[in-house]
Amino acid sequence: MSDRFVAVLAGGLSHEREVSLRSGRRLSAALRAHGMTVAEWDADSHLLERLRAERPDAVVIALHGGEGENGAVQSVLDIVGVPYVGTDPRACRRAWDKPTAKAELDRVGLSTPDWVVLPHTTFRELGARAVLDALVARMGLPLMLKPDQGGSALGAHVVRDAGELPAAMVGCLSYGDTVLVERLVEGVEVAVAVVEDENGPRALPAVEIVPESGVYDYEARYVAGPTTYHAPARLDEGTARAVGELAVAAHRLLGLRDVSRTDAIVTPNGQAHFLEVNVSPGLTETSLLPMAFEAAGTSLGEVYAGLVERAITRASRS
Amino acid sequence: MNLPGAQPARQQNPGGSGPSGRSLDPHLGRYARRAEGMRASEVRALFAVASRPEVVSLAGGMPNLAALPLDALAEDVARLVAAEGQTVLQYGSAQGLPTLREQICEVMALEGISAHPDDVVVTVGSQMALDMVTRVFCDPGDVVLAEAPSYVGALSTFSAYQAEVVHVEMDDHGLVPEALRQALGALAARGRRVKFLYTIPNFHNPAGVTLAVARRSEVLEICAEHGVLVVEDNPYGLLGFSDQTYPALRSVEQDNVVYLGSFSKTFASGLRVGWALAPHAVREKLVLAAESATLCPPAFTQAVVSRFLSRYDWRGQVKQFRAAYRERRDAMLSALDQHLPAGCRWTRPEGGFYVWLTVPEGVDTKAMLPRAVTQRVAYVPGTAFYADGLGSRQMRLSYCYPTPERIREGVRRLASVLEGELELLDTFGARGSEQRPGLTGPHSPSPDTA
Repeated sequence: MSDRFVAVLAGGLSHEREVSLRSGRRLSAALRAHGMTVAEWDADSHLLERLRAERPDAVVIALHGGEGENGAVQSVLDIVGVPYVGTDPRACRRAWDKPTAKAELDRVGLSTPDWVVLPHTTFRELGARAVLDALVARMGLPLMLKPDQGGSALGAHVVRDAGELPAAMVGCLSYGDTVLVERLVEGVEVAVAVVEDENGPRALPAVEIVPESGVYDYEARYVAGPTTYHAPARLDEGTARAVGELAVAAHRLLGLRDVSRTDAIVTPNGQAHFLEVNVSPGLTETSLLPMAFEAAGTSLGEVYAGLVERAITRASRS
Repeated sequence: MNLPGAQPARQQNPGGSGPSGRSLDPHLGRYARRAEGMRASEVRALFAVASRPEVVSLAGGMPNLAALPLDALAEDVARLVAAEGQTVLQYGSAQGLPTLREQICEVMALEGISAHPDDVVVTVGSQMALDMVTRVFCDPGDVVLAEAPSYVGALSTFSAYQAEVVHVEMDDHGLVPEALRQALGALAARGRRVKFLYTIPNFHNPAGVTLAVARRSEVLEICAEHGVLVVEDNPYGLLGFSDQTYPALRSVEQDNVVYLGSFSKTFASGLRVGWALAPHAVREKLVLAAESATLCPPAFTQAVVSRFLSRYDWRGQVKQFRAAYRERRDAMLSALDQHLPAGCRWTRPEGGFYVWLTVPEGVDTKAMLPRAVTQRVAYVPGTAFYADGLGSRQMRLSYCYPTPERIREGVRRLASVLEGELELLDTFGARGSEQRPGLTGPHSPSPDTA
């Protein structure tokens, strides 16, 4: 048990606010069950004042999307000198920008679906029709469109017919100014949690996702029911090891800290392809990280209580 | 920290997952068919952001309570508990407090209704009354007629009872009688059983229009000819900006109208006190239905409303509400006139809370919502107000809650959002295209946006 005072940051102004509030509530309850005193704070104009006045021993960031994952809140915590669980701001930035993370992995020969990045302005300046035609000629179909930043599959579209492309682009660009277009790789969708302890980063058992509709969209993620999960994933031993190694490699390569979740696709030939990595993974009742913890024989509270101690120890040494 | 379970993983674990997989809802196979539409959605998630003060929410239908005399009410409620706690903290009658039912009749008299307190059933907001009426009248597959568009909370109720909603056209003067006649004729020809017409005649939610007085008798006659009951929902009737009221449908026709009323907009929505006024036989069934749902409406909040009606100048209070809403309506209309791009059109409400905005062709208001939330303004997409998927070019704007200054800022932001969206559509040549792939799932807003 512990007498630590921890502030859990949840909410924020991103499109994932509701999910974040749910993550924050669940995490707070888990930490309280481990004897910690927990305050749940929104990331709003009172945050700095609260940090200074109440001086938590550590902060855990349960913000999803935007400022909680792009390094902004982490920078503020560094400035005011409050220890926090998770990745430092520079590495957050690398992980947050999906094309940057993919390029880092691609550079060292790790597999990630072929991709291009297209800002809205490119379409405007060069003409959307010409750009889309060239895109299909180069990438083929089907394609996965997603905003270059953000999570929860918000704004993501699978395009199987070139005629759907303009409308899907408009839908995707409602969430941001730049589209990440990936060649759609079909296979088994898995999420792999990586957690650090004194021995370094270690992959937990992969969680396999089987959405009822075939697409792991927002509803499939956050409604209990329409998705079936297998934890551990139904992979043979070699493939299970390979996806774990891919997740640890991504975690190390991008310079992530404490905890991350890598999403990947395993094709029928057993090849694992990196999709994206999340530095502030969802912790709701339908989220993948708690399932991975359970499959590993541990729990949300146990893992995060350990990470809180790591953060405090790290700060005391610096 | 000791982390067990590095790869390779075990094949089974104490949580029961493993090769057979698991759904996170073990009750999935047990739900009734009526629960199929009850799901989370991206739109509901986006509304969570609208609650932050940085966002100007033109989505919520929350009444503005700023004008209420809270200190005096607090003292009065304290006195109520001290003097009558043994009664008001106890179960009460399923039909509602008799004194309050008498007072409700006085309130309804302002809109020409002559009623006996015995025919009034007090409910937990008029939403519960609507639920009871639908429960009593609708079998799965029955048809309910509703204006196009209609109140989102009513559509949810009809869906929960598996009734099919058929929308009937409105224009600037409310429900179009000829369209009603045609809809009923067409349904009769197909052998469909229509149970009732659900209508909001005054300061419509979401359309902001009012049923012309000259049409009221005609609507009642058409329904009577076809043997169709009228459910008149009138939460905004006393909130006309010229201090005018309109004759309630129930004031014209007693035997074929169930009237729903509410104190949510004239006093306090948090007390959840509404009512139904129904013909005797219907009232009997409503009381029994209400009893099975809640045993009785809360005695405490009924007593608070009753004291408000008897001890305060509540008519003066409603007048203050009207003035506050009129000021906000004016702010919204002038800002819309000033800022919105060409091709937009909107209603000009004479009362109530809402403006119904139609945007240029090609814009899908549901798909545009993320952009709006990013730019810190929120609205309710029009599709929420249709049971048949229409409304993608419309949105509901509420002026009831924000200050006039915030409303003007919200409309400025909305105009910028629309301009950005139009530019995007032009870039992709998507103006006039079919409905876009946008947000998925059901789109009912949460209660504070309903």
